[in-house]
Amino acid sequence: MSGLKAPFRRRGNNVIPGFGLSMGVTLTMLSLIVLIPLASVLLVLRDYSFAEFWRVVADKQTLATYRISLSCAGIAACVNVVFGVLLAWVITRYKFPGRRILDGLIELPFALPTAVAGIALTTLYSDKGWIGSLFDKIGVKISYTTKGITIAMIFIGIPFVVRSIQPVLEKLDPQYEEAAAVLGAGRAETFFRVVLPELLPAALTGFALAFARSVGEYGSVVFIAGNIPYKTQITPLIIMNKLEQFNYPAATSIALVMIVFSFLVLFGINLLQSKINKIARGS
Amino acid sequence: MRSKTLQIFLILLGVLFVALMLLLPLATVLAYALRQGWRIFAAAITDNYAVKALNLTLLAAGITLVVNTTFGIFAAWAITKFRFRGKQALTTLIDIPFSISPIIAGLVFILIFGRIGWAYPLLEAWKVKIVFAVPGIVLATIFVTFPFVSRALIPLMQSQGSDEEEAAALMGAKGLEIFRKITFPHIKWGLLYGVILCTARALGEFGAVSVVSGHLRGKTNTLPLHVEILFSEFRLTAAFAVASVLVVIAVIILILRNIVEYRLKKEEE
Repeated sequence: MSGLKAPFRRRGNNVIPGFGLSMGVTLTMLSLIVLIPLASVLLVLRDYSFAEFWRVVADKQTLATYRISLSCAGIAACVNVVFGVLLAWVITRYKFPGRRILDGLIELPFALPTAVAGIALTTLYSDKGWIGSLFDKIGVKISYTTKGITIAMIFIGIPFVVRSIQPVLEKLDPQYEEAAAVLGAGRAETFFRVVLPELLPAALTGFALAFARSVGEYGSVVFIAGNIPYKTQITPLIIMNKLEQFNYPAATSIALVMIVFSFLVLFGINLLQSKINKIARGS
Repeated sequence: MRSKTLQIFLILLGVLFVALMLLLPLATVLAYALRQGWRIFAAAITDNYAVKALNLTLLAAGITLVVNTTFGIFAAWAITKFRFRGKQALTTLIDIPFSISPIIAGLVFILIFGRIGWAYPLLEAWKVKIVFAVPGIVLATIFVTFPFVSRALIPLMQSQGSDEEEAAALMGAKGLEIFRKITFPHIKWGLLYGVILCTARALGEFGAVSVVSGHLRGKTNTLPLHVEILFSEFRLTAAFAVASVLVVIAVIILILRNIVEYRLKKEEE
């Protein structure tokens, strides 16, 4: 051990100018816009005892929101992994008319404002909408139920999965699949034993990204959710409700739980990413 | 041939998913916007409050773009051109806004500048309003789109290395000159790509802005918030008409994004 070295100090000799300036601007802006505002969460909770904090974050209604948010986001992310692998495969491996348009459309949920997606999905799946009215005939309601929440989460999550898998598939040499086929493996066997193991870390990253985004998502989910406590109230919505009641400590407490959760997911994604980079480097 | 059948089946399945899940909501917006004819559509989007909301949305997106592009360029320069301890930590910290719920992004600014915030007495003394006013909307928009430009630039600049910059520096070029003449031509498409993604998100941000806005019609209402108000008042046609303006912007952004991405790939080859 050579002792602790200060972070953000330049190492090695390098003739390129601008280290001090660029690092200074970066750290200042990052602190002012992201770090200090986030630290305010802890500052507010400082005058709040743990018992009070716990009463809010482990309250029955709050627990129900975690359950709804996590289960809907989990189901949506699973659906997205299946269709994400399918779409990434179709786009990278097959040539067909409209392939580039299909590829471009994947990005639609990123480009479309979330509130617009929210009202469109709500109307589409309500009992008078194009799809909702079909399901209404067989007595299935989608808007204002957890089914609706899950559909909205599938909508916003799909690009994360496709875009995580696509670069890996592009790098994966079809020769391996050909080799497997020559050695007598069936198509399904080739896919599950040769392709899928290579895709697994990327698929998991996509799953985690879509899952994290779905849990935190507000705009596209809020309209279709309907905000019924214990039934369709998701965690971001209960924070919003507490804010509207000016109950800042309660809103902040639940927010802290969400922040810790998203940091854990972010940490997991970074671990996965370094694993993918290793595969991409070919070791 | 079995392989061909499977291929067609998979393509159809993919197309069906995209059509049902992504295109149908888009078609819903346009169909509802026009269901009472062009006159009502035109009246809804030229409504005084809608125009004011559009102006505020453009203003917030414009400021956000300037701030985040500046940050993105400096951050990418620091991270890709030098070796230092804590580089991994720094890139992770920059990505934080992506992993946080937009509601929390709005909440943190209320906790600073709102009635209970530590900066509130200061703002009172100066008679400045930040939350429930335009500056809060701008701040929340900057927060949620903070990593976009740096994220687009860092991998690109990393893969390009810094040999050319080093050579220029050894020959006595100044920092700004090196950036303008050597780095910038290499990264211009990547920069544009980041700027486009940042614009798309800034124009459409809803959750974070909704928390800090205060929803004053004509004053602190952005276009997405205006859509929400119209929708909750059951003025569906007007809500979808205003939403269709955002859809048109989104489609233009999507097309631009694809053109820039194509140029970017060509440049790499």
